[in-house]
Amino acid sequence: MQLQIQGLTRRFGDFVANDAIDLTIEPGEIHCLLGENGAGKSTLMNMLYGLLEPSDGQILLDGEPVTFTSPKDAINAGIGMVHQHFMLVPVFTVAENVMLGREGGPVLNRGAAARKVRELSERYGLHVDPKARVEDIPVGVQQRVEILKALANDAKILILDEPTAVLTPQEIDELMEIMRQLKARGTSIIFITHKLREVKAVGDRISVIRRGKLVGTAEPTASEAELAEMMVGRAVKLTVDKDAPHVGAPVLEVRNLTIIDPRGHEVVKNVSLEARAGEVLGIAGVQGNGQTELIKSLLGLVRPSAGEVMLDGDEITRLGPRRTLEAGIGYIPEDRSHDGYVAEFSVRENLVLDLYRSDEFSSGPALKLAAIEANADHRIEEFDIRTTSRETPVGSLSGGNQQKVVVAREFSRPLKVLIASQPTRGVDVGSIEFIHKRIIAERDKGTAVIIISTELDEIFALSDRIAVMYDGRVVDTVSPDIQREEIGLLMAGGTKDAGTNQGGAA
Amino acid sequence: MSGKRRFRLDGKWVDSVLTTVAAIFLALFIGAVLIALSNEDVVDSMGYFFVYPWDFFSRSFDVVGQSYGKLISASLGSGDALANTLNRSAPLICAGLGVSLAFRSGLFNIGAQGQIILGTLAASYVGFTWDLPGPILLLASVAAGILAGAFWGAIAGFLKAVAGAHEVISTIMLNQVAALGVLAYALSEMKAFQKPGDTLGLPQSPPVPDKAAFPELFGVHLGVVLALVAAAIVWWLLNRSTLGFELRSVGSNPEASRTAGMSTAKVFILTMAIAGALSGLAACMFINGDQASNNESLVGSVGFDAITVALLGRGTPLGSVLAGFLFGALAVGGGAMQTTDAGTAPEVVQVIQSLIVLFVAAPAAVRWLVRQRRKEPTSTFAAKGVTP
Repeated sequence: MQLQIQGLTRRFGDFVANDAIDLTIEPGEIHCLLGENGAGKSTLMNMLYGLLEPSDGQILLDGEPVTFTSPKDAINAGIGMVHQHFMLVPVFTVAENVMLGREGGPVLNRGAAARKVRELSERYGLHVDPKARVEDIPVGVQQRVEILKALANDAKILILDEPTAVLTPQEIDELMEIMRQLKARGTSIIFITHKLREVKAVGDRISVIRRGKLVGTAEPTASEAELAEMMVGRAVKLTVDKDAPHVGAPVLEVRNLTIIDPRGHEVVKNVSLEARAGEVLGIAGVQGNGQTELIKSLLGLVRPSAGEVMLDGDEITRLGPRRTLEAGIGYIPEDRSHDGYVAEFSVRENLVLDLYRSDEFSSGPALKLAAIEANADHRIEEFDIRTTSRETPVGSLSGGNQQKVVVAREFSRPLKVLIASQPTRGVDVGSIEFIHKRIIAERDKGTAVIIISTELDEIFALSDRIAVMYDGRVVDTVSPDIQREEIGLLMAGGTKDAGTNQGGAA
Repeated sequence: MSGKRRFRLDGKWVDSVLTTVAAIFLALFIGAVLIALSNEDVVDSMGYFFVYPWDFFSRSFDVVGQSYGKLISASLGSGDALANTLNRSAPLICAGLGVSLAFRSGLFNIGAQGQIILGTLAASYVGFTWDLPGPILLLASVAAGILAGAFWGAIAGFLKAVAGAHEVISTIMLNQVAALGVLAYALSEMKAFQKPGDTLGLPQSPPVPDKAAFPELFGVHLGVVLALVAAAIVWWLLNRSTLGFELRSVGSNPEASRTAGMSTAKVFILTMAIAGALSGLAACMFINGDQASNNESLVGSVGFDAITVALLGRGTPLGSVLAGFLFGALAVGGGAMQTTDAGTAPEVVQVIQSLIVLFVAAPAAVRWLVRQRRKEPTSTFAAKGVTP
């Protein structure tokens, strides 16, 4: 089925979110839609999926104009969408989720649903167990269930909205394989992302949206630098400029740390690390190998069951978050909307979320409003936070700007250690460049920096030393000159010398 | 884009005021229908509606006009009426503030009733037993009421912070304990709380002496001023203090608050203690304001009305004051409707109150009903819905 978009425009009041967009998606094509956060990708897709009505222009399927007033219309017309946040019922099985909304009559036919799931998963090479409960399966498999849901509705055109944001590198490879399979069977895919590498790996054509306008269509042979420039509107540096580090004394020392999670699993096993002044220590590893727990315990959010954390020779293992922060640790959390900011709070308030107790911003029980406002104006300018005003709720900013608020806050007090977990996840290219620059600047001020990232590119770009975690252990600490393949092997549980697989949980 | 988002913020504010006003009028309209249909003359005229419809309309209009006329004149029509309304509003405002404050920290405080009951016991006990000079006795009695309410509120906060007990369940249970356990026991079994020589069989305390009563000016007692001062303090606490910052932060995102070094346990306990203190102050409106004898039906359902006040006031101090005043006026005026020729039952007012809150809780329905529904969502981000 061919999808044509002609002059599609969407206004919100006097703001034009999509400005006369023309686009054609050919049958069996993987069409990438590239753009920064807030560029208008989601608005366009919401119009295609019947969630928003266009202000102007039209949508044609195989040359016939169509109008969608609800997702139901779009689904009936053969358009399926996998949202960034899954629309699954966690306690239902895969089969139940797939037949959700198509129960057909008062009696549930579970057998038929399971058969349908099995048949679809065989046809498209999407391996899932129809009887597994959704809450028990990994994120990557949940995404397959979403794709199956769309396929069960006979989708001819599949919209994937930032599908890789939640996946591990291996799951991303698997997803791309699935996308190729779907394409081979004639399904068109609209793949929304802002990751250049993925676009080049899987796309047939690449359309770039910037500030609501379609700025051009490129072939996957275009270089990453060219694509980034189209996306941001200016030349972007994809590598980080940095000098050799001036490494000082160890600031943060982790000794024989062991963490047992609430379910009784040992998630961090006897880890020892040290972060040194003026140096970036990268912690690489596939998500779920203990990094999250390790970092939370450094901050005092999780109590380790054994071992200790020392800051400048003082034990901080059991201080709790407030006193750990006050001792000079800065923390950029992995999941910013969950741990990093309060969505309903304004930019001004979020910029002092962990600073309001200081003498600068409060005296006794009273907040110093003028100082908080001045701080906000200053940080908004310094960190180029794109917001209407300091009173705008952070929840309504784009992802990149939300992250800048968190980064600005953590960089606005003197730090001994900066812990940045996935500092650029879901952040657009322009902001990544900026955040990386600030991290290196912090290093050069003599702060010990710890970066945790599942993106190897980021680890390589920033780190002076790389610790690799697998199955709760630090399997090795290596120099960033090491080959990608070698680190990949370590991340998968092999050792550098022997290459033996230790097995265990992945 | 810039002009756009400003509009969204202002628009939201205007929207909520419009919805509230629309809800009030809609509820009054349905109330009018009820008043008309519950009147015998109107019902009679329906029997010959198709022969002479005018009778039905004129009688309905007459009955509704009489009832609502009385509602307004009895609550706002004279100095006395207004004073009466203000005195009646004071406990609603105080307890509404307590529920609002808890809302803002993410706690659904159903426990105002129990906190008020504890407050009445403490305030009246201190008021009629302690022998202190005038103003000091008043101060001690009010302080006792506030502290008792704070104590009862803090229990729920403590259970939440330490044991993870859900505050809705614990406050409901604490209400039961307060009403059936503490109040009933104290009044019927404990000599210290009883009115000496009371042989009527109704267990009650004596009223506090005049020196422990709020002074009055033009029929308005000091408690009304205290309620407004409390609202100002709550506003300051929420918007200008570090505790309020923590409270709102925990209410919106407890995880991020913990990560930023805040103690959710501290916030839960303190918030519930302050909410309880405000309910305790509400109790003083009965004991020190009305100089009432404490008995099992003294406070009625004021602690539950406080929840509706907080809902209607949208969790803001100003909103609680306005909603408390509205409900106070409805309560005073509603009772007076019975005295008209139409003889409308005062229960209609309770229906109106409930309908107002129901309509406020379902703003979409109200917008649809008054046809002010906007076709366009007002922001890109609202439209995005699923993306963060």
